[in-house]
Amino acid sequence: MPEIVVEASRAMALGVKLCKPKVIPMYPITPQTHIVEALAEMINNGELQAEMIHVESEHSACSALLGAQAAGVRTFSATSSQGLALMYEILPIISGNRMPCVMAVANRALSAPISIWNDHSDAVSARDQGWIQLWVESTQEAIDTTIQLYKICEDHSVLLPGMLCLDGFTLSHVYERAIVPEQEQVDAFLPEYKPYIKLDPEKPITMGPIAFPNSFMEFKKMQHEAMLQALKVIKNVHDEFAKQFGRAYGDGLLELYRMEDAEYALMGMGTLVGTARVVVDKLREEGQKVGLIKLRSLRPFPKGELINATKNLQGLTVIDRHISLGYEGPLFSDVRSALFESDIRINNFIAGLGGRDITQKHLRKALLSLKERREGGWLL
Amino acid sequence: MPLKEIRIHGRGGQGAVTASEVLAVAAFYDGKYCQAFPSFGVERRGAPVEAFTRIADEPINIREHVYEPDYVILLDPTLLSSVDVARGVKDSGIIIINSNRPASEFRLNTKAKIETIDMTAAAMEIIGKPFVNIASLGAFAAITAEITLESVFKAIDQEFAHKKAVAELNKKAAEKLYKMFRG
Repeated sequence: MPEIVVEASRAMALGVKLCKPKVIPMYPITPQTHIVEALAEMINNGELQAEMIHVESEHSACSALLGAQAAGVRTFSATSSQGLALMYEILPIISGNRMPCVMAVANRALSAPISIWNDHSDAVSARDQGWIQLWVESTQEAIDTTIQLYKICEDHSVLLPGMLCLDGFTLSHVYERAIVPEQEQVDAFLPEYKPYIKLDPEKPITMGPIAFPNSFMEFKKMQHEAMLQALKVIKNVHDEFAKQFGRAYGDGLLELYRMEDAEYALMGMGTLVGTARVVVDKLREEGQKVGLIKLRSLRPFPKGELINATKNLQGLTVIDRHISLGYEGPLFSDVRSALFESDIRINNFIAGLGGRDITQKHLRKALLSLKERREGGWLL
Repeated sequence: MPLKEIRIHGRGGQGAVTASEVLAVAAFYDGKYCQAFPSFGVERRGAPVEAFTRIADEPINIREHVYEPDYVILLDPTLLSSVDVARGVKDSGIIIINSNRPASEFRLNTKAKIETIDMTAAAMEIIGKPFVNIASLGAFAAITAEITLESVFKAIDQEFAHKKAVAELNKKAAEKLYKMFRG
């Protein structure tokens, strides 16, 4: 497998190419644009046999994504920030129709004030729309998780769409080393797309009809059960990937770092985890028993795995790169709910909004906060 | 080798971001881990730009900005009137300035060593245009010994894979600057 130095956006595009999507509807928005630019170049060079549809808005991009997938092909799109917000109307239609579309979100703050920079407000705000959300820390993880995500979403026991969330700029515009798998390897891992149902003039069906009150809840219950089933499928697909490609990210849902005898730990998603690794290493050198929990799957949420991972902790500090205004960090809400019956102390810091750098100093302060009996707050 | 951090200052259009990427690729060819990223500003031609590279023997996990660089490359000395290029540079660090004036003439608020080298003259002579971003890596290789000139050449070939003539000119300019320090 060739190892190269590559911008994470281009690496994402290389990962997508290996999965052979047939239709890529796109509308440009910073900072995801490099991903679809690279795909456009691959199509133009004849390296990727796909149709790129240039649409007039993200609403149309998402609609075309649904339409193409319904017609029976593998699809891809990418967006950020207000682009995802404009897709919002279509997101639950895709998930409700059980279409396994895959989309990258290069996470960017929602305006106003205008910010082109990273935080998690775009995708976290969309977390209840029935899409699997996997969050990545590095370029390598972005490639590997893209390949996994198609397989997870298309599993007939799941049939849900998936978002691959990578930090805008903080990851999307970074050049680093990555291994790009060979096509034959990916072909052996990810079979050709076989739609569970599709629009076919020979066998007409209706998609997305009205559900009266006597059946609507059953549809939602089935979607929820598919999400819970996805917890197993994410793990299984991750394990299979790890065996075949030799790279693993925890159990696929959570990745634990130096948690063996940890008393206090940080938890977060995306690139801040990388900086947190360095902070944990330094505190360990100082004799502090600290560790780190990386959340890869925000939806479905790995409650059982989290309870298990935290059972010997005294304190857990959750870093949110988003805030549910008027309450608290949404990841913190999820974590506290999952650990309701545990007696671990938990606190929450809001950090990195609108591209504010999350520094080692920030994370050190946060990680020591519970030990030093300090409350959470804002890492400004 | 512990983690080394490099900050490159230029103006929009002078290629500081490209230089940071080519530097990362050169380090990769030396068998190192690397990371390169721009300062994520709003891109405007002529405006001050910063770009960063990290080089290490081990995988690089850190994702915060570069605050205390080991090395600074200043592509455009006119930035000195508006940008504190010595900001945060380690006492043991080196600031490489593109200038035909001696280092002693630059009074910067730093304990880091200052080296000057006339990149523009070399670029004008060899490339015929004041493009110093790629050539500066020859000076960086000579002054810091963090990367080899051979790997800089390989990285230039990769960057300009479809513009072989441009690659050759930049390699020649980089070599000239390298030899000014290591004859």
